[in-house]
Formats: sequence, structure tokens, C-alpha cells
Amino acid sequence: MTEILQWLFGEFYGNMLSVLLNATQWTIYLSLTAFIGGGLIGLLFTVLKIVPVRWVQWTATTYIWLFQSIPLLMLLFLIGLGIPAFFKVDIPPWFAAGVSLTLFTSAYMSEVWRGALQSVPQGQWEGGKALGLTFMQILTSIIAPQALRVAIPPTVGFMVQVIKGTSMAYIIDYNDLMRWGKKIANSQIDGAEPFIVYPIMAVIYFSLCFPLSRWSKAMEKRLANS
Amino acid sequence: MSDTEAAEEKFAVEVRAMSKWYGDFRVLHDINLTVKDGERIVICGPSGSGKSTLIRCLNHLETFQQGYVSVNGHELNEGMKNVEAVRRDVGMVFQSFNLFPNLTVLDNCVLAQRKALKRSKLEAREIAMNYLERVKIPEQSDKYPTQLSGGQQQRVAIARALCMEPKIMLFDEPTSALDPEMVNEVLDTMIGLADTGMTMLCVTHEMGFAREVADRVIFMDGGVIVEENKPDEFFDNPQHNRTKTFLGQIL
Repeated sequence: MTEILQWLFGEFYGNMLSVLLNATQWTIYLSLTAFIGGGLIGLLFTVLKIVPVRWVQWTATTYIWLFQSIPLLMLLFLIGLGIPAFFKVDIPPWFAAGVSLTLFTSAYMSEVWRGALQSVPQGQWEGGKALGLTFMQILTSIIAPQALRVAIPPTVGFMVQVIKGTSMAYIIDYNDLMRWGKKIANSQIDGAEPFIVYPIMAVIYFSLCFPLSRWSKAMEKRLANS
Repeated sequence: MSDTEAAEEKFAVEVRAMSKWYGDFRVLHDINLTVKDGERIVICGPSGSGKSTLIRCLNHLETFQQGYVSVNGHELNEGMKNVEAVRRDVGMVFQSFNLFPNLTVLDNCVLAQRKALKRSKLEAREIAMNYLERVKIPEQSDKYPTQLSGGQQQRVAIARALCMEPKIMLFDEPTSALDPEMVNEVLDTMIGLADTGMTMLCVTHEMGFAREVADRVIFMDGGVIVEENKPDEFFDNPQHNRTKTFLGQIL
């Protein structure tokens, strides 16, 4: 890939792009970790939030409230720097970043999904109950499929926020696009001034997020029409 | 009838001194009601009289705080376990149909048979088609509920409930959300069902239906059963002023 980039943009910028794109893969991995981890845990807390048992709901509410109220940056500091220093343990940056973004994503997603589930009319629950279906049967066969339509646009929208959010992980030395870009921009090399490097990085972030935004828009349109 | 005989008789529905509160507000006040197997009851009354709440208590969609309720020999109470077992024997048709828009008409009828009764796919489909034929819309089975008229949707809802082969059917204002020209197709379906000997409790203001089908008409007002009688007596010779006023308003 480096050769192609060098051929396209010259040796200097080809190398720079190669380094940045290489770092971008770590941004993508971290985003995927947050999507999958945050999605699964988010799903769990969505269900806990609507289970008709008071204390279970309360536990879920506390979790969601807690991790929605804490800035992502603070989570990164706490897990990536605070806990290792205090408990004298070694937490690799990728792990700390993955956990922080998972917590952040799960809290936000379960709020979105709970809203989507609650947008399904109460009568749908009653229709299912009257047929002798259980809570989980109604949820999975009747409510969730209808809520999905409502949930997709904000979910995809939030995925964009997560991708951009991964850039904060540079602060605990996670080797993503942000960290390498910053290194190059700080390098004092002619042609690698911040004014040149950051716009290139912006274009890379843009090309990760833009397709998702478009997808979300298209989905919104399709759902509005049906 | 002596007390011992009354105690031995098996009721489809038995409600004794039942009361329900929403916070401080008492929606149902000391309700006593017994329904025998195969009996057809029409419940009417002004809005807010508690008639819907009463039948919703019978399949535990609502809980009550005082009194005794038994349905098909199952005693109901707050926080009871295995409420699904009771509900499988009690079909319910709602004012707003509550069909599942994400499923086809056929799948609306198949879903609970598969999940709650564990019937095979083949058997469930066969039973569903059988009941869709009974409500005269087998040709719509592959459509989605929103593609049907209100009257058709309500007939699907009736077929869906019947697929579970319930012992009791509850109707909660089944024609109130329908355009006038669609009321009769639903009432005809209900009359057909009554002819099969189904135990039915219907909350409705369709007095023609009540006259034709009901064994008893119950009038509720302010959370109380004010009057109950055979339909002819009820309509021609109402005993209470509140009943007279109500009948004067709707007839």
C-alpha cells in the first residue's frame, strides 16, 4: 500500500499517509469494540430497564445515569491512568480505551433503545399478554421488531459519535489515528505542519463517518415511507 | 337455589366483593358477578363506569386489591405466578384491535399458538386458516394488518384469539373504534361465535346485539353494578333511574 501511496502523493506524503492509515485501523478496531461491547451491554441494560421488577429497573437506571453523566475523557483517565496508578496494576491502553468506550456506548445506547421500545404502543404488550405470551416472548417477537425501525437512525447516528470519540483515547497513549497524527504534527518536519496534518486526519475521520451518516439518512427516509 | 348447591356449581367466572383502586380513587366497588359456562353477558354503562376495568381484571391485565376472583377455576391475585396459564384460556378482543403490525395476518394468528401452546408450524397454520375462514377473511392471510379495513382487522383479532381455543372470550368495546358501516360485520362474527356456545363477556353499547345475544345485561355506573337483568326486562323495564337515564341517552 505504501508504494501506491508514494506513487500517488510522492515519497514524503505517501509515507505520511501510510502511517496515518495504518493508525486508522486501530481507530476502527476501537470503534468496533465499542459498537459490539457497548451494543451487547447496552442491550442487557435496555432489557433490565423495562423488566417489570422495581429493583432491577433501578439498578439499570443507576448504571445508565452514572455512565451517561461521566465525560468520556474522565472515564479514560480513570481506567487508563487512575486505576493502574492506585492499584499498582498494568492496564494496557487498548484495554482501558475499549472498556471506557464500551461503558460510554452501552449507557447511551440503552437509553436510545429503551426509548424506542417504549414508543411501541402499550396495546401491543396487552395484545401479547392476552394471548398468554410471556414477557420475553412479547419483547422479542412483537415489541423489539417494531422498535427496531425507530431505533436504527439514532443508533447509527451515535456510531458516528463513537468513532469521533475514539480520538480521545490518544490521551492514554492508545496508538490510533489521533495519536500518530499528533506525533507527526509535533515533529517539526517541514511539510508536516499541524495545518497540513490535521486536515488530512479530518478527511480520514470524515470518510469513516460520512458513509454512516448517509446510511442513517437513507434508513430514516426508508422507514418514514413505509 | 340453596347455598350448598350454589357452592357446588362451577362458574366460568366468579367475582366476589372485588374492589380496585387507582391510588385513592376507587374504580371498582364491591363487584359481585358470576358467569356460568356458555353464558353470554353484555356489560354497558357510561364511560368511566369501570366496565372495561372489570373485564381487564379477569385476564389479569389489571390487578385488584380486594375480594376474590376466579376464572376457569384459577384464582387470580396480585403478584400471582403463571398468569399465562390463565390467559391462554381467556381470549380478549380490544377496542383498538392490537394486531401486531410487524406480522402478517396469518402470523398474527400463528405466533401465540407456536410460542405459548407449542403447536407445530403446520398445525398452527391449519388452525389459523380454519379460524380465518370462520371470520370470513382467509384470502387476506398474507397481508399485513394495516392493509386491511378496521372491520377486517377486528375480525382477524377475533380469529387470533380463537386460535388459542379459549374457554372464555372477553370483548372490550370491539366496535367502538370502527366506522359505522363496519360495525355489523364484526357483530355478525360475534353472533356466530355466540351460537357455538362460547362463554362471552362483552363490553359494548350495541344494544341490538345485547338484545339478540345476551343472556344477561349488566349496567355499571361509578364502579358499581347498578342493575343486571335479562335483556328484555333490562331494556323494557329498567329498575333504576341511572339505568333509565343511560338507556334514554343511547337508544
